[in-house]
Amino acid sequence: MAQTDITSSERDGMGPHGTKVGLLRVLGPAHVWALGVGIVLVGEYMGWNFAVGKGGAYAALMACWFAGILYSCVAMIDSEVTSTVAAAGGQYTQAKHIVGPLMAFNVGLYLVFAYTMLEAANAITAGYLVSVVATMTGYGGALDQRPFIILVIMFLAWLNYRGVLATLTFNLVITSIAFIAIIVLFLSTSGIIGDGIMQHAALFEGHEKPYGWIGIVAAMHFGLWFYLGIEGTTQAAEEVRSPARALPFGTLAGIMTLLIAATLTWYICSGVLPWEFLGDGVNGSVAPLFDTARLSGSNALIWFLGIGTLFATLASANGCINDASRAWFALGRDKYLPAWFGAVHPQYRTPYRSIVFLVPIALIFALGAPLDQVITFSILSGLLGYTFMPLNILMFRKKWPMGTIKRGYEHPFHPIPAIVLLCLCAFTFFAVFLGYGTQLVAMIGFYIVVSLWFHFWRYRFVNRGAQFTMPWPKPLGY
Amino acid sequence: MMETWNYIEYAAWGLSALFGLLMVMDWIKTDSTYSEDVLTSSREGELEAMTEESHKG
Repeated sequence: MAQTDITSSERDGMGPHGTKVGLLRVLGPAHVWALGVGIVLVGEYMGWNFAVGKGGAYAALMACWFAGILYSCVAMIDSEVTSTVAAAGGQYTQAKHIVGPLMAFNVGLYLVFAYTMLEAANAITAGYLVSVVATMTGYGGALDQRPFIILVIMFLAWLNYRGVLATLTFNLVITSIAFIAIIVLFLSTSGIIGDGIMQHAALFEGHEKPYGWIGIVAAMHFGLWFYLGIEGTTQAAEEVRSPARALPFGTLAGIMTLLIAATLTWYICSGVLPWEFLGDGVNGSVAPLFDTARLSGSNALIWFLGIGTLFATLASANGCINDASRAWFALGRDKYLPAWFGAVHPQYRTPYRSIVFLVPIALIFALGAPLDQVITFSILSGLLGYTFMPLNILMFRKKWPMGTIKRGYEHPFHPIPAIVLLCLCAFTFFAVFLGYGTQLVAMIGFYIVVSLWFHFWRYRFVNRGAQFTMPWPKPLGY
Repeated sequence: MMETWNYIEYAAWGLSALFGLLMVMDWIKTDSTYSEDVLTSSREGELEAMTEESHKG
């Protein structure tokens, strides 16, 4: 067969193996960046500061950088595997090819739960932000937040339904604005432009380690919040024009952006807000960057950071809908779930049934569950996914050593990143257990029950041969 | 200001319903226009399969 350009307008991403309607290959590296950073950046605007409450400002910085190492490992490992296994479903598809169906089923569920819960948490936050704006503009009563929560989910689901290019271009614009807002706040408050308002020495004195070393361990849990979701870039694998180039480029640029944003956020907020206020994300500083802008005394900064907070929230919810629906779609396409979910819209070329199906689920969590529980279940599902990743890359390199298959990106220092990631995951599980032991046990119990269901019932419906699509040689030792 | 926000609330309810309706109507239209074979014909790894065929020359 002659060289075929699958990205040409004639082919349009469709291949010769029976796909009549497939997902559209239209995205570039900037969209991958926008998907990954868009999901995460809300964590800089709110949530990370609970780490300060657990162990003080220094503990939050240690958590920020420890989690930064963890996620750099995640980004490198993901870039290598997903540039090779470039299909919707991301880590689910990786698990299917490298570990096996039961692992894949679990990873698929981790992804759907982590993203759908995060989407619900974002919608709750957006509703809250609108109520804050109402109060600031003189509204006296208690604003009903429900219509705004529902509107966020409905509008973003509709956008996702209509096409991936518009969805992620929208994310690119609002994520960039939210990131620039952090840079502008740093420049304006640190003394680089105008007078600085930083008081690090005075604020830290006598509060270096308010709860000792155990506080620093406990802070680790919320350090994840700075980066949680960057691994979502892999879900775009089937919709990028050049997976081998765009996925590593977008993902690694994304983690670099987040390392900068996280460190700047910590520096800005801890230098202006006292740790007792900063660390109380419920009754104290709900949105620390916004609170810092308020203390700067500049109206322009207040508006800019207010808009940044809202945009970061919307970008995260938008990316979560995109990712959860791709994972659900991939599970359906392989008949791990009913094949009905594996449908693609003939005109918009999106997994439309999966997008619509997950809307009521997100609404139930957004309207019926408390925010901290929703966030905790999202983090726990994410953490289970991160624990899978080092095992995945170790098996990948063992079964298909370098040179046996073409990789879009090869991560350096193997197996050090995998071992570091595994150790940090174990450490974070311990930190989560300190604060949310019951939820952790309940969550693991849930995954054991669904695994049994999959093994003893559902797997009989799976197309066992057809699910392995990668044209790879037999793995070493088989 | 109270009134303005009350109107914004109604608008949010209305827009939510509109987006929901647009999705559900298009969903029903799509499902009744195309056969299930076409809609669920997407297969994983099409790009990779083609690259492999190209390599075989």
